[in-house]
Amino acid sequence: MTTATARKIRVVVAKPGLDGHDRGAKIIARALRDAGMEVIYTGLHQTPEQIAETVIQEDADAVGLSILSGAHMTLVPKVVALLEEQGVDDVLVTVGGTIPADDIPELKKLGVAAVFTPGAGTEEIVDFIRAGATERHERGE
Amino acid sequence: MAAEPGSKPEFKQRDAEFTTISGQEIEPLYGPEDVDPDLDERVGEPGEYPFTRGPYPSMYRGRLWTMRQFAGFGTVEETNERFHYLLDHGQTGLSTAFDMPTLMGYDSDHERSLGEVGREGVAVDTLDDMEQLFAGIPLGGVTTSMTINAPAAILLAYYVLVGESQGVPPEKLGGTIQTDILKEYIAQKEWCFPIEPAMRLVTDMIEWCTETMPRWHPVSISGYHIREAGSTAQQELAFTLKDGFTYVEAALERGLDVDDFAPRLSFFFNAHVDFFEEIAKYRAARRIWAREMRDTYGAKREESMRLRFHTQTAGVSLTAQQPLNNIVRTSLEAMAAVLGGTQSLHTNSYDEALALPTEEAVRVALRTQQIIASESGVTNTADPLGGSWFVEKLTDEMEAAAYGYFARIDELGGMVEAIRRNYPQREIADASFTYQQEVDERKRIVVGVNDFVQEDEEPTPILKIDPGLERKQTDRLAATRARRDGAAVESALAELKRVAATDGNLMEPIIAAARVRATEGEMIAAMQEVFGTYTESPVF
Repeated sequence: MTTATARKIRVVVAKPGLDGHDRGAKIIARALRDAGMEVIYTGLHQTPEQIAETVIQEDADAVGLSILSGAHMTLVPKVVALLEEQGVDDVLVTVGGTIPADDIPELKKLGVAAVFTPGAGTEEIVDFIRAGATERHERGE
Repeated sequence: MAAEPGSKPEFKQRDAEFTTISGQEIEPLYGPEDVDPDLDERVGEPGEYPFTRGPYPSMYRGRLWTMRQFAGFGTVEETNERFHYLLDHGQTGLSTAFDMPTLMGYDSDHERSLGEVGREGVAVDTLDDMEQLFAGIPLGGVTTSMTINAPAAILLAYYVLVGESQGVPPEKLGGTIQTDILKEYIAQKEWCFPIEPAMRLVTDMIEWCTETMPRWHPVSISGYHIREAGSTAQQELAFTLKDGFTYVEAALERGLDVDDFAPRLSFFFNAHVDFFEEIAKYRAARRIWAREMRDTYGAKREESMRLRFHTQTAGVSLTAQQPLNNIVRTSLEAMAAVLGGTQSLHTNSYDEALALPTEEAVRVALRTQQIIASESGVTNTADPLGGSWFVEKLTDEMEAAAYGYFARIDELGGMVEAIRRNYPQREIADASFTYQQEVDERKRIVVGVNDFVQEDEEPTPILKIDPGLERKQTDRLAATRARRDGAAVESALAELKRVAATDGNLMEPIIAAARVRATEGEMIAAMQEVFGTYTESPVF
């Protein structure tokens, strides 16, 4: 894969459910854009259906779900299930927010590649998404 | 004595940033020549115009701030229990946190409420819930704050009706309802309607409360959330006050007399961790509000000019790493709020970076306030830092910064137009990104996060919300729906829609619908049929 023709990594940054805390999601969206990725920020109050549709329509390589409302164990599995249902199984799914440590293993079992909790560094997140999305690109070629 | 501002000091400095958390440069030393002349006029006396030193002459010698811990989770039973726990442990006012569906105008059984019920606060759908929420709490003997904005009129109606059922008339009810919809579009992002009808509802509430609930604060003009979203202290101050002026203008346009409604406007600020910057912010807020109310809005009564506020310590300053450190942060922040003259205070619990607080954690948070009040001595005198060259200089600078933002917002056509153009939202996004860069680059240290890190931490026990409570709430809602007079509800909702389409005051139709057990979701949906809904065009 030549870097000259390599397409930009496309990332959807999404806010599922009624949660209005968007400070972190916006920072990550900007950081990913500054790092050279194509970022689609969904804005607030997205249903899992809307998020899955955006991921598919935008041909995204990765989706970051930002959730600080405590509803993550309902909403994240829904998004993952909808993507699977629609035959999308090569999208990197990451989660960020106030996720209790106890919930992380179950999210990972569902296929969430990483969960970024309070205090996670921006660079760490950007690097993870870049590496994970690139790996999926290369696998797909 | 003091060096020229910005000049290199005579001594060697540590390799660190000497700025506030908002990025303001701080000098190595402040002396009398650093403060602009005529300080006495700008500072004055507590309880006298321009109220820089405090809204009351006696301050905490006369009465301590209200210790008012924000609480709510699960269903009304769990929250009622937490209310009693906090009152039993010495808190002196109630503060209610509602869940996301309630905040956004959805009933607990709406499909958008799935997984969200009772998670961020208490689920309230109908008057039946509200009665249970305050079980065993005489509303004539306590003041209550309710944090709710777009559906505020509905929750106020519920509260008034609970008072009525207890034999307490509305004019005896004391407390506050947040209602501050402008800061929702800017920062907290909990909306039901477009901006204009939302502003109409706020004005309806101010008008109705002025006539019917003289002890009640119909709006709590807030900076807390603006700051939590990532603004600087200067932006928090400026955007909050500008929102306040916008409500004053709307009420004046409605034909209300400023001296009738202004005394019951209240404020809500953040107490972040940069100690002196916060104290300066509160003092500047009082001075600016007093001047503008007197000179721009024609207020004649002192009560109309004096800014009174509630404070919450900064949630964003809390770390998930080494949570006990948060007790220290909260203490510093609470101290700043007290030295800044707050009338009411919520202190965060040490586990709140991770979840809603456990009983043990919230008890420590409450004890923090009690220790400050009883043991530290800072309550012995009003405005203890008044006259400090540093604090007076910072206060002056904070005031000047706010006026800079007022001018920019006026250039854009006022706050509503500024919000439409994403101006405050973009300022906040930029400030929050700058701060995060500073933390990522270790220019700004957060103990436990980018320095003094501990690799193998014991997990902290946190509050878990029982998912079964969602079913409990939807069952309860179904029971209310089954019990109520369906025809009466239909008729009340129709009347609500009719009034919404006129310029009549919506409080009475909302109260009438609430009384017959219309649900919050039904009332919001009825109004949305007339007003429409709102979607933001986000900037990042």
